[in-house]
Amino acid sequence: MAAEKRVVFRSPWLPLALLAPQAAVIGVFFFWPAAQTVMQSFQQQDAFGTSTSWVGVENFVHLFQDRSYIESFKTTAIFSVSVAVFGIAISLLLAYFADRAIRGALVYKTLLIWPYAVAPAVAGVLWLFMFAPSIGVVAYALRKSGIDWNHLLNGDQAMLLIIMAAIWKQISYNFLFFLAGLSSIPKSLIEAAAIDGAKPWRRFWTIVFPLLSPTTFFLLVINIVYAFFDTFGIVDAATEGGPGKDTAILVYKVYYDGFKALDLGGSAAQSVIIMSIVVVLTVLQFKFVEKKVNY
Amino acid sequence: MQSKSLIASLSLAAIASFTTPAHAQVEIQWWHAMSGPLGEWVNDLVKGYNDSQKDYKVVATYKGTYPETLTAGIAAFRAGNQPDILQVFEVGTATMMASKGAIVPVGKVMKDSGLKFDPSGYVSAVAGYYTAPNGQMLSMPFNSSTTIFYYNKDAFKAAGLDPEKAPKTWAEVALAAAKLKASGHACPFTTSWISWTQLESFSAWHNVEFATKGNGMGGNDARLTFNGPLQVRHIQDLENMAKQGLFVYKGRENKADTTFPSGECAMLTGSAGLLGNVKKNAKFNYGVAPLPYYEDVAGAPQNTVIGGASLWVMSGKPADHYKGVASFFNYLSSPEVQSESHKRTGYLPITTAAFKLTEQSGFYKQNPGADVAVNQMIRKTTDKSRGIRLGNFLQIRTIIDEELEQVWAGKATAKQALDKAVARGNEQLEKFQAANKS
Repeated sequence: MAAEKRVVFRSPWLPLALLAPQAAVIGVFFFWPAAQTVMQSFQQQDAFGTSTSWVGVENFVHLFQDRSYIESFKTTAIFSVSVAVFGIAISLLLAYFADRAIRGALVYKTLLIWPYAVAPAVAGVLWLFMFAPSIGVVAYALRKSGIDWNHLLNGDQAMLLIIMAAIWKQISYNFLFFLAGLSSIPKSLIEAAAIDGAKPWRRFWTIVFPLLSPTTFFLLVINIVYAFFDTFGIVDAATEGGPGKDTAILVYKVYYDGFKALDLGGSAAQSVIIMSIVVVLTVLQFKFVEKKVNY
Repeated sequence: MQSKSLIASLSLAAIASFTTPAHAQVEIQWWHAMSGPLGEWVNDLVKGYNDSQKDYKVVATYKGTYPETLTAGIAAFRAGNQPDILQVFEVGTATMMASKGAIVPVGKVMKDSGLKFDPSGYVSAVAGYYTAPNGQMLSMPFNSSTTIFYYNKDAFKAAGLDPEKAPKTWAEVALAAAKLKASGHACPFTTSWISWTQLESFSAWHNVEFATKGNGMGGNDARLTFNGPLQVRHIQDLENMAKQGLFVYKGRENKADTTFPSGECAMLTGSAGLLGNVKKNAKFNYGVAPLPYYEDVAGAPQNTVIGGASLWVMSGKPADHYKGVASFFNYLSSPEVQSESHKRTGYLPITTAAFKLTEQSGFYKQNPGADVAVNQMIRKTTDKSRGIRLGNFLQIRTIIDEELEQVWAGKATAKQALDKAVARGNEQLEKFQAANKS
């Protein structure tokens, strides 16, 4: 007992004071806006905010009466799962090879990190240019090889386009974390396995991947949040939710209703719904996926 | 020694230049959405006004696209630092009208300033759109356009068509498109602003209702009616053209605009405000013509409807700002400035005096086609053609985009798509009516 040395704050104010700056930042930039969103979701306002009335759950009722809103849950699920799964898989692959690369590793790493500095809307425009049916380089090449690329009217192609743009934008972030994770795996473990005769593929699955699981789990949570909240700029620039509503994911409708249609109440109600979905998803991930993680 | 005295005299001069004006200039903030050549035009207008007098200084700031400018204005108003003047596109008109506390009617601003102001001098199809049912002008018409037809004369010639004869009817458009395609053109016909050109203007042009209550001009309880037989027939015709590759869909809003001056598409319906761009960038002979119509429809062609934007005066500013705004608007609507703007941009002249001045200058004779848009608008309007002013119009246009895309993709018939668009659009109108009970 005596050997254990514990630091105890004498005054209860000191720990609070030390926490205060961080708490203030979170309070102002997260809790306050979030609380305001919840409040606004029960209100109806004109665009300029000159008149406000409480409408109870009417905003929510309107949403669930709208069939296209229900359908956009499916669209969002396809989009988010694709972005998270393929985004993580591709970055892991790239990080694994970049980590093994002997020559020019720094060049590879720098180039792979680059896209992270690109704003989502710009990413959307870049991909749009490559795939624009009439002028896009890739669309031209596709047409030459017999694929009629027209994401303006083909919903599956439009979905593919925004998924690719969203993944590309996020790969750098994932890549950085995987690279850091890989460099913390002791080389001796892998060398020992190699001496025992394990081939690279087996070494990856039995040693590297399990040891990376905390990173992978962290990135899974982050990527789901990214796909749910941070991708409206890509959708707006590349497809505007079209054709029809085929790429109108939930967060795009939040952006559209709030910033273009100026319906703040309806937009706030949708934000509350997305927030709840992400909270539930994160809790589920911690409850079920985290059990498989080795720290 | 000499340098010392030079510095002294320079600093004296500097002090003098700061103190000489007897009274400070009042700064008038104007937020707008005009980029590229149109942005240069706005800057020239402001410079012209600022050089013309000493009391006020207008500062024009580009705030992004139309929706972005409106959102910026709203956010600023909520934070209490709104600009004096906000440019708002026609789709946002009903929203602005409903926000009574946020704006000052232009009619009132002009009356209070004591400057001479005659609303009847404005082109009625333009000013009428921005006027309240009680006759008060609410915003200042600024860049007003309408929908016109562009065609590539060189492509017409290559296809064996008469380049001096623009297709007058939709049947002729389809025939011309077929010939263009046969001559190897990949995009015979396309359109920008599909709702505006193919449903809104289309309905007014044939004197058919787009929505009840005089297309919403008569009150918030209007409901959509653009799923009538004529509109269904037209969308069906376009669908047939799309199937044969004669009409190529190029995306929402004005995404198709670039395909005409680049030569990619040979015929396009779009805004008259595109003319300046075409003039500057098209490397071929082009022609401008009135919108095509169906000749078997009685009363067609009637007139087309307005697009573009107007200038709204925001509330909560000191009195001398409003005097400045009035003086600036007075400058903007003078026949000389108006006529100059019209010639430069292709936007409509907003006063009859400006139109006459342009005519007298011989501009229309030297630039055939420049008067197409004006002639489509300066006509006696009917209750069905005066204009379309609906709440949540932005959403309604997006709904129309979404449903029509199903038609071009072959997933829905014209009738199904229009019925669905009307039903979904009406939900938006009901919502707007509920939120804006006056």
